[in-house]
Amino acid sequence: MSGTFAVLVARDLRLAARRRVDVVLPIAFFTVAVSLFPLGVGPEPQTLRQIAPGVVWVAALLAAMLSVTQLYAADHADGSLEQMLLVPGARISIALAKAVSHWLLTGLPLAVAAPVFGLLFDMSPPAIGSLVAGLVLGTPVLSLLGGLGAALTLGLRSGAVLLILIIVPLCIPAIIFGAGAVAAVESGLSARGHYSLLGALLIFTAVLAPMATGAALRIATE
Amino acid sequence: MSTTLRFFRFASPAAFYPLAGKLVPWFAAIAAILAATALYLGMLRAPTDATQGDAYRIIFIHVPAAWMSMLLYVVMAFWAAIGWAFNARLASIVARAIAPTGAMFTFLALWTGALWGKPTWGTWWVWDARLTSELILLFLYAGYIALVSAIDDTRRADRAGALLAIVGSVNVPIIYFSVIWWNTLHQGASVSVTAAPKMASVMLLAMLLMTLAFWAYAFAVIFVRTRAIALERDNHAAWATDAVARAPVRQGASS
Amino acid sequence: MTGDQAPNANPPGDAVLTVRALECRRGNRVLFAPISFDVAAGSIVWIRGANGQGKTTLLRTLAGLAAPAAGELAWAGAPEIAPRPLYLAHANALKEDLTVAESLRFLLHLAGHHVDGGDVDGALERFGMTSRKDAFVRTLSQGQRRRVALARLAAQRELLPWLLDEPFDALDAAGVELLAGVIAQHARRGGAVVLTSHLPLPIDEPAPAIVALHEPAFA
Repeated sequence: MSGTFAVLVARDLRLAARRRVDVVLPIAFFTVAVSLFPLGVGPEPQTLRQIAPGVVWVAALLAAMLSVTQLYAADHADGSLEQMLLVPGARISIALAKAVSHWLLTGLPLAVAAPVFGLLFDMSPPAIGSLVAGLVLGTPVLSLLGGLGAALTLGLRSGAVLLILIIVPLCIPAIIFGAGAVAAVESGLSARGHYSLLGALLIFTAVLAPMATGAALRIATE
Repeated sequence: MSTTLRFFRFASPAAFYPLAGKLVPWFAAIAAILAATALYLGMLRAPTDATQGDAYRIIFIHVPAAWMSMLLYVVMAFWAAIGWAFNARLASIVARAIAPTGAMFTFLALWTGALWGKPTWGTWWVWDARLTSELILLFLYAGYIALVSAIDDTRRADRAGALLAIVGSVNVPIIYFSVIWWNTLHQGASVSVTAAPKMASVMLLAMLLMTLAFWAYAFAVIFVRTRAIALERDNHAAWATDAVARAPVRQGASS
Repeated sequence: MTGDQAPNANPPGDAVLTVRALECRRGNRVLFAPISFDVAAGSIVWIRGANGQGKTTLLRTLAGLAAPAAGELAWAGAPEIAPRPLYLAHANALKEDLTVAESLRFLLHLAGHHVDGGDVDGALERFGMTSRKDAFVRTLSQGQRRRVALARLAAQRELLPWLLDEPFDALDAAGVELLAGVIAQHARRGGAVVLTSHLPLPIDEPAPAIVALHEPAFA
């Protein structure tokens, strides 16, 4: 049902355009979180350069997870989700559409904004490049897994914290490969292996996560 | 079809309850005997290691606990999946009963890992591949337990938990691989900090016996928990009220 | 569409939906005693029951959103060609930040209709919401939102079975009369309607068949 997919993404983007502040919030959180680390760790450039990839990736993960609960919550509350689920065979399209919208509104802006933080942490240009490349490949994985978490925790009181607990362990490979790519480039090695792994992870997740999310949606609304 | 039906007779909580009740003391006894034997062999009969001295003996608890923690997660996911696919209530109950025990073994593995590391390498914790993976496994258990506890509707909770456990099982190899990758990158040589010493046959036997002891213990505890959950869920059913009525009243128990 | 009978409608009297010994569950509770009924083409079935008896759950089960606890339900025709029923829940499924036209268009798109502007305009006009076509949903009153949600019924070209959960809620007298007319017309054309309502149905022709939900017998 590619029609459902396109219609959903278009609608979500249009809704986001009408609530621009909500879209900026995850980016703002990301900025604040990343800026806290120098304050906690100390301004020594050598240290900052070393922790930069890890800090950026972890902050990106948390920013993504905090905004992902809203993926389904509003639609669940006003009955739109139910109507979407009535369309035969649409569950996977819904999951994919939600993940894509979330990535376009959170993951992609983070990847685009990353160079600024790279400079704040005194990273070299090649390192910044590999940071952005890794984020572009890895943030869709976070959105896909986040969608699964949001579907599993649909309507629950514990909300975002429970979602983070459930989903973060599954996101660890993406963080390792993404941050590892930067570390490789900084030591003068090629990050090609890391990008391949991230790419494989993305394909694997893109194929399986929507199915799992569709099943989770059915479990949550039955 | 009729022979399989006979086996599936125990698939209902009502039939399982008395059977499990009879088996629990046996499992407990087996666990105690095997554990005692294993500890005797490991602590007293196994030779002292040349490099690590006597500190390595924690391995006889650490390794079996780690094995159990990983095995129980897969078993939990398996029964949860069966419960979901076939609408088998007992299978779902068993999966829920396994989770706390699995988490306990994970915690035990981590704790004994720390106890091993301190005298051997001077630190309470090392971020080597095995210990880090155990830590992530603990998070996976915690996530499962948190999710099923957060959902009031038992059917939805069972199914959501099953999905999460399956997703976790599929991801465990990936996570493990990525942790090894991460570890070799940052440490250069892929030497596990808490590498086991060369195995004498006594050591192997002790670890094996301890693993079996943990298995028997797990069976006992999981059966007890399953019975309790089954009673809770079916608390209006005739078999449950009968079972509670027949249970011996403890001295001084508050009613 | 001219004439009272739409093409390829079931002849009046043919069962569009057959329900046998159906039981529904919410959480661990079975909600009502097993029910059996047929929904004939051209008829209106009115599900009645006390609060919490399971009317909404029953409709959701008929719509395919939930699996029944026991019993069976069968729509006429093979699953591939049988038309999916149109289910209007108690919630309006309108997004506050979209305009009325955008919301309606989205819902019609979801249902697979090839929507052009004329469909949306015609539907809104039928329910008297043309003047608010480009207003944001959040500026509408509850009754107005209900009318917009109901407008989907007027945009229907196919003769789908309708499942309506408390469709008359929040409507003013004029709205009630309007909706009653739309429902009656759908039935006359050969469509089937299953609905719930707390208040007496203002529809005489065709006379609604009543299906009552009762407490389940103690197991």
